[in-house]
Amino acid sequence: MKLIFEKSVPGRHCDLLPRCDVETVELPESLRRDAAPALPELSEVDLSRHYTELNRQVHGVNCGFYPLGSCTMKYNPRIDEDMAALPGFTGVHPLAPARTTVGCRRVLDTARSYLCEITGMDDMTFQPAAGAHGEFTGVLLIKQYHDARGDRARTKIIVPDSAHGTNPATAAMCGYQVVNIPSAPDGCVDLAALQAALGPDTAGLMLTNPNTVGIFDENILEITRLVHEAGGLCYYDGANLNAVMGVVRPGDMGFDCIHLNLHKTFATPHGGGGPGAGAVGCKDFLRDFLPRSALMDGPGRLQVRSFAGNFLVVVKALAYLMTLGRQGVPEAAQNAVLNANYLMRAIQGTFEPAFDRTCMHEFVLDLSAYKKDTGVSALDVAKSLIDHGMHPPTMYFPLIVHEALMLEPTETESKETLDWAAEVFRQLYALGYQDPAYMQAAPHNTPIGRPDEVQAARHPVVRWQKS
Amino acid sequence: MSYVPSTPAQRQEMLRAVGMQNYRDLYRDVPERMLLDRPLDIPDGMSELEVSRAVSAMAAENTAFPTVLRGAGAYDHYIPGIVRSVTSKEEFLTAYTPYQAEMSQGVLQSIFEYQTMICELTGMDVSNASVYDGATAAAEAAAMCRDRKRRVTLISAAAHPDVINTVRTYCYGTGDELRIVPMKDGLTDTDALREMLTEDVASFYLQQPNFFGQFEDAEALGALVHGAGAMYVMGCNPIALGIMKTPAACGADVAVGEGQPLGMPLGYGGPYLGFMATTAKHMRKLPGRIVGETADHDGRRAYVLSLQAREQHIRREKASSNICSNQALCALTAGVYLAAMGPEGLAEAARQSMAKAHFLCRGLTAIEGVDLVYTGAFFHEFVTTLPRQEEVLAALERGGILGGLPVDGGVLWCATEKVSRDELLNAVRIVKEVLAK
Amino acid sequence: MNFPAELQYSQSHEWTRTEDGVAVIGISDFAQDALGDVVFVNLPEVGDEVTAGEPFGDVESVKAVSDLVSPVSGTVCAVNEDLLDSPELLNQDPYGTWIIQVEDVTATEELLDAEAYEALCATEG
Repeated sequence: MKLIFEKSVPGRHCDLLPRCDVETVELPESLRRDAAPALPELSEVDLSRHYTELNRQVHGVNCGFYPLGSCTMKYNPRIDEDMAALPGFTGVHPLAPARTTVGCRRVLDTARSYLCEITGMDDMTFQPAAGAHGEFTGVLLIKQYHDARGDRARTKIIVPDSAHGTNPATAAMCGYQVVNIPSAPDGCVDLAALQAALGPDTAGLMLTNPNTVGIFDENILEITRLVHEAGGLCYYDGANLNAVMGVVRPGDMGFDCIHLNLHKTFATPHGGGGPGAGAVGCKDFLRDFLPRSALMDGPGRLQVRSFAGNFLVVVKALAYLMTLGRQGVPEAAQNAVLNANYLMRAIQGTFEPAFDRTCMHEFVLDLSAYKKDTGVSALDVAKSLIDHGMHPPTMYFPLIVHEALMLEPTETESKETLDWAAEVFRQLYALGYQDPAYMQAAPHNTPIGRPDEVQAARHPVVRWQKS
Repeated sequence: MSYVPSTPAQRQEMLRAVGMQNYRDLYRDVPERMLLDRPLDIPDGMSELEVSRAVSAMAAENTAFPTVLRGAGAYDHYIPGIVRSVTSKEEFLTAYTPYQAEMSQGVLQSIFEYQTMICELTGMDVSNASVYDGATAAAEAAAMCRDRKRRVTLISAAAHPDVINTVRTYCYGTGDELRIVPMKDGLTDTDALREMLTEDVASFYLQQPNFFGQFEDAEALGALVHGAGAMYVMGCNPIALGIMKTPAACGADVAVGEGQPLGMPLGYGGPYLGFMATTAKHMRKLPGRIVGETADHDGRRAYVLSLQAREQHIRREKASSNICSNQALCALTAGVYLAAMGPEGLAEAARQSMAKAHFLCRGLTAIEGVDLVYTGAFFHEFVTTLPRQEEVLAALERGGILGGLPVDGGVLWCATEKVSRDELLNAVRIVKEVLAK
Repeated sequence: MNFPAELQYSQSHEWTRTEDGVAVIGISDFAQDALGDVVFVNLPEVGDEVTAGEPFGDVESVKAVSDLVSPVSGTVCAVNEDLLDSPELLNQDPYGTWIIQVEDVTATEELLDAEAYEALCATEG
């Protein structure tokens, strides 16, 4: 497919602006750029077709099943998009006087009250733009709390080795040393390892529950108690909240602060990798440490980005929450868990789950035995799924399971879709024994085959150049 | 209503298939005493029509200003129709991060094109796939410039207050020091900067044009910074870059900025876009996703997420940033915007914004008591004194005009290509009338 | 898998040999095999101090990164700049491709001979 620059024709353009109706002003010569940027020159029809062509080579949730573990690829309702596109929201300047932005603040206040109730928190900020950004904000709450008490001996954050890579990276960005503790074989916290790691230097613990293999850690109350006893705080990574919203609350598990991924749990679209929104909630005693905008709210607080955050994403999440309401929120969670268990059992007998027990909203398949038998890897199975129009599950995560495929079907898939998906997995299982080479060469029906990532990293080409 | 397609009968069938009686059984690992034993205290669910009514009512509580003369980091530029049409396409909208290259070439290519356009705008060699916004881009740039010996970050007092405070916050995180270079006559104080460029300084951040709309002498400041062995980070307005000297030409090592003017609505502050580019030398220090070109086994051109060994999912606590996502849909927005405008359209938007701001400035400063506070060359923002500020701004509001932003020493005004001569004359007339009373 | 007898090895899979008082350092065949295709090497600069048992750089493959740990303490007197353009040399010829050279060596980690190192690799493989 041609790049947009390769379609450019000098002199071609779209007619977008009127002639200037005031006197022109020249930029002083010392400030002028030497040559115009080589942006493409196209007509509107060229543009429309170019992006339509690109869009055809994208698999969205609207295209088909997307069981990407830990990413909660649920359906993104279109009414939410319509609401976020209302001119009454899109046209509001973030620095407009408060009396003219009552509706925006009502959106934020309403979303805050619903999400605090769902999570058992007392206050919330919508400034963080994504999950990792929320983690950063949350751990900064912990840091400010200890600093405000003059407790500077707390230099370590405990992170289980099954955690998402953002957890240790976040702790490091907050100046903490990371103490990785080994997980129990089921991915749950090893209490003895936790106790051994805790001490007067513990600033806090970062944890996901259900954990990264999709299992609810039944010792959670004991875990948070131990951390609190050692003087640390507990941070809840909300990546997996979809399993438990309306059923169990992080606040009731003993967590002090949390982040939510509005783009996972609350159905706002992922946009090919963003924008999301990483709301951060906290208990009352951390409230004064929540970030604020220096320009909107005045100085004195930390802030993690400009203005109030990804406001239009919050509008989408609120519309979703209003649709679900008090019955719909737990109903979504329960069906997310039901769908995961149903799919796991339907596949079992071919590809085996890493943990043969009730899962939460996602489960991990362990393909190491299968790979040994057939030579077909988790990667090969993932690539073969693409030929069936299914987005592959998360591969090779969590790190504690070898040849892992992690599936999260979400509640918005029907029984028929799950039955079909299970059938595809069973067929591929059999195919691995019959024709492993075919799977090792998959995908076969896509615009490109497997790209050469080694070449891309060794000799990076990261922009187009006129030849 | 929860968008669950399975019927009640199917759900029962599925429960039976996994050997369970009811939903409670699914949560058998959860200790009984932890389960929420009451319904959530939020309203009942609503139909789509009811939600539409309720949320539209909230939107209607905001005041929509047909004329916006306020900028300060969020700019009301014209957004071509094609932009919203492309970014509403369901595949672009609902896809995840393009980890599976074979079924994500569309997203990957759009980012590769975006990276190229940012390189063209800034003159730099390599751009990432974007970060959250201009303020986080500045903070990430400060982090990538630090090494073991040089840890201190300098930032101009004439930068956007939210940028300064965000950089301060990131510095607080890693325990590094931020020092603010003072301002003189609306510009970064060159003498103060020279004094402050000590051996422990890692980088200096300059905003161009600065928060007060003034053009800085970016080349001279850059030469000072390099002379002291520090790195030079420039935060630039991307519309101005249609005509303005590039950060590369000013000697910048890292170029960042707030990408919102490139086709994103004001939206009460987000989602916006942070663009970030650097020289080839520093490519592997650049945080965030980067898309690279390669080939598949048949030699077909292909795009992939590349240089991933820099990132948190591989480096974990050794990564220099925890950033995971980019603002892909906003990067797409910027890409479509820049392609629609083309080099000439972008330059025209810049020239008209500048011309209209100067027209407004002339009109306002002809009024008794309204004077320019900073007198250097400016782009599309400027500060004036304004007597009876609140009264004047309220009168403008009643006339459907969002006036300038009150700042220290006066009011910061902005004009873009979107406002017409008549709107500007109307604004000036209202100010004049109030002050004549 | 190849374990030249004239080299000494560290637990973290670097090899070293001494030439005229200068320690020449690279990574073992086992290390390059475990990493897979090396795509980039982060090198120190000439004049940098390195410490035995501490990282002096890292090697990246597509999906992994691994610290390069110095078997000796001393001052870097040469870095192999060919690796910047051709990191694949580490895969093609791990023992013919040195990464850094260190002079003024003041301390050395406890190192293994080829036989002991081969035994170590057998337990890790």
